[in-house]
Amino acid sequence: MNLPMVQRILGLMLIMFSLTMLPPIGVALAYGDGHWHPFLTAFLIIAAIGLALWLPVRNVRRDLRLRDGFLVVAVFWFFLGVAGATPLLISDIPVLSFTDAVFEAVSGFTTTGATVIVGIDELPKSILYYRQQIQWLGGMGIIVLAVALLPVLGIGGMSLYKAETPGPFKDQKLTPRIKETAKALWKTYAGLTLLCTLGFLLAGMDAFDAIGHAFSTLSTGGFSTHDASFAYFDSATIDAIATFFMFLGGANFALHFLAIRGHNPRLYWRDTEFQAYFWLVVAVIAGATIYLWFMNEFDTLGASLRHASFQIVSIQTSTGFLTTGFAHWPGALPALMILLTLVCGCAGSTTGGMKVIRWLIVLRQGVAELKQLVHPSAEIPVKLAGRPVPQRIISGVAGFFAIYFVVFAILMFLLMMIGLDQVTAWSAVAACINNVGPGLGDVAVTFKDVPDAAKWVCAVAMLVGRVEIFTFVLLLTPDFWKK
Amino acid sequence: MKIIILGAGQVGTTAAQQLAREQANDVTVVDTRDDVLRDLQDRLDIRTVSGNAAHPAVLEAAGGSSADLVIALTNSDEVNMIACQIAWTLFRTPTKIARIRSGDYHRRAELFGDNAIPVDLAISPEQLVTDYVERLIRYPGALQVLNFADGRVRLVGMRAVKGGKLVGHQLRELNAHIPNREVRVAAIYRGGRSVKPEGNTTIEEHDEVFFVAARDDMRPMMKELSTEEATARRVVIAGAGNIGFRLARALEERVQVKLIERNVDRARRAAETLRNTLVLTGDAADEELLLEENIDDADVFIAVTNAEEANILSAMLAKKLGARRVMALINKPSYSELMEGGKIDIAISPQTITIGALLEHVRRGDVVRVHSLRRGAAEAMEAIVHADTRDSTIAGRRIEEIDLPEGTTIGAIVRGDRVLMAHHDTVIEAEDHVILFLTDRRHVEEVGRLFQAGTRA
Repeated sequence: MNLPMVQRILGLMLIMFSLTMLPPIGVALAYGDGHWHPFLTAFLIIAAIGLALWLPVRNVRRDLRLRDGFLVVAVFWFFLGVAGATPLLISDIPVLSFTDAVFEAVSGFTTTGATVIVGIDELPKSILYYRQQIQWLGGMGIIVLAVALLPVLGIGGMSLYKAETPGPFKDQKLTPRIKETAKALWKTYAGLTLLCTLGFLLAGMDAFDAIGHAFSTLSTGGFSTHDASFAYFDSATIDAIATFFMFLGGANFALHFLAIRGHNPRLYWRDTEFQAYFWLVVAVIAGATIYLWFMNEFDTLGASLRHASFQIVSIQTSTGFLTTGFAHWPGALPALMILLTLVCGCAGSTTGGMKVIRWLIVLRQGVAELKQLVHPSAEIPVKLAGRPVPQRIISGVAGFFAIYFVVFAILMFLLMMIGLDQVTAWSAVAACINNVGPGLGDVAVTFKDVPDAAKWVCAVAMLVGRVEIFTFVLLLTPDFWKK
Repeated sequence: MKIIILGAGQVGTTAAQQLAREQANDVTVVDTRDDVLRDLQDRLDIRTVSGNAAHPAVLEAAGGSSADLVIALTNSDEVNMIACQIAWTLFRTPTKIARIRSGDYHRRAELFGDNAIPVDLAISPEQLVTDYVERLIRYPGALQVLNFADGRVRLVGMRAVKGGKLVGHQLRELNAHIPNREVRVAAIYRGGRSVKPEGNTTIEEHDEVFFVAARDDMRPMMKELSTEEATARRVVIAGAGNIGFRLARALEERVQVKLIERNVDRARRAAETLRNTLVLTGDAADEELLLEENIDDADVFIAVTNAEEANILSAMLAKKLGARRVMALINKPSYSELMEGGKIDIAISPQTITIGALLEHVRRGDVVRVHSLRRGAAEAMEAIVHADTRDSTIAGRRIEEIDLPEGTTIGAIVRGDRVLMAHHDTVIEAEDHVILFLTDRRHVEEVGRLFQAGTRA
């Protein structure tokens, strides 16, 4: 354990993070909403804490090891929750308790998008913008951004990157230098966000809403600047654009980068995970459209398709935008959609959940086991895109599933003990650990009415889910702390 | 620079490590062993690609189309050559370096070239190691002897021994001991730490002293630091592999050589080819054999078999039985660190030597020679000063005016045919070859920039 170095990097990242308080000040001044002071105060406080951490150890130069990387990432995400809550707490609109402010900030950064605020439309522009901005920063990850921007990280960057990026193949780099890889990912992310903004503008949103919603669309976050979420716009075009970009946000950004750089859209079709993700979404949408129409939930097949595709992509990619909502949909659909959040999007995307690739590997391993029973002496490797998956990855995925479900169960029992009913409890945990946002029952729209204790449990679920469980659970193991 | 390293063996790994440390380099390493690559990527900021280094698809995945340099270091000569061929044919990679072990290929220089096998530099580690050891034997007492400016200037590393005339004295007395000699002490290491060599620095026993000297002034200086005088006369070599055999052939005309080899066939083949060498079949760690062959009379014992542990043990045994100086070929840097200066006088590290040769070609054109010292911690380099109209940081300045990074000293200057020892008031001119010593190799980039043509540092 290399604590001075960990402290130095945490300090640096906090200083960097404090700068993100500046754009909301600009928004406050531009719109004259008078709410620049919470952000200025927060900027000063966070920058001061960052400096206080960094100054005593600024000359420490040592390599960050993998283990230190996990510690930095875990601790920094906790910091983010509290530091990000600061302006919300200081501001007099909305009036939020400490619990609510932290919940809102964590929900923002982890791109969950669950909110405790009702009356969003009345909030000052700066606060609204700030909520959207934290989603965007959290989507690709502030730590990945730090790796791209902070020159000091060097080799340590790799261990941070590994601890934050989702998916089982963490060793793949787009470029030899991790810094360049992080830059490439952020550029791709920012570029797609820009395209989405333009789309929203053309479809008739005003500039503020277009930017804000593009932020929470590509990050698959789900915060909106309106209580009614996307139902506020009530436009099939806007729904379609949002659906398209949410879908892109659920794909691997490394794949986006390669396809864009190589001007080769066929790369998408060569990617096994993307194919599976695509067909899964298409199949569920098709089934749900017909079923909803059949059950007379919507009058026309067109309306059924529009709402089914928007809601399903929104939930499957862990975004959580709502038009009609889905909690009241007939039959197994609500439960099915919550279960879909266990899958979510691809590795290296901005979605939560366990990722398509892990399910593919586990399912193929399952099929291989079945075959093995029939042919006991057969060699049956698990393959992806025609190439065998290394055994180490397979067992890593199996371990991930085990830990994931154990953590899921513990959190769910905690919520039930606090007093939530079963449906609310399990859907809340799924919605939080998979960074989706809306659940079923009492949390179908907001988390305003759950007890404070339950909000803390949910905040932990969001953090644990965002860094894919291992990073946090690792810190609880005695092995991690052994010298 | 975008660099692809093929093969993650000892040399490949060390090369990747040293090159990736310089921010300007983007390094990709290719190997067939996934686990080795994974470890490597955990430690270094590089990309790794798994696959056969000579396959076009693998080279492409490693970024072949934009690479500036391919270094082929797999353990197969043929794979290395084909990889260079493919990089050239498909991607027109400007510089291709390959490790080629087999002497057969080296004997035919016409094999390499753009119209034949496109290898710009064929490195033969065995030959490099042989040359290196040969220099060490010629200068007893030296730990390292490195050539600069075509051998006119040499950098020598030695351990100060009790009885040396300068040992226990201050450096300023050196001039009185050996007047009119062009010698300058570049660095002193005491107990693993670097001590700044100044006039009032006292040389202590066991210090590791690096000095720069004109070729003819080496020997008097060496006597100042140790008591050994005569060149080695009796050399015992353990292991008749590539290195042992070449070494015997290089030395046998001048000194008495005994070559010990365990494998009967190999021993016989060596005996058939060598002229003045006594080839013995047996185990170099066999006390009886060593005593029989008068090991206590040997000036130098060198263990260069393939097994480094065996090298260490047989060298220790030879030392105990009375050999004056013992050397062992040791690959693992940690072993070298452990053994050198203790029971073994010199640990010969093939990868450090090979890397020195490699780095020369990788560094910018203004740096013409680079030697890795102290297992890569320090570095000595030779750089050319360019005339620069836009106020150069170097040309036309006195040495004391140059803003060198910490731990960096200018040892000597080669101007045309003359060798000048650096003094604080020496003025550096354009086209001078400057020989620098860096106690901390992290400053390599900074020093390189100082010498880069046309730019201000």
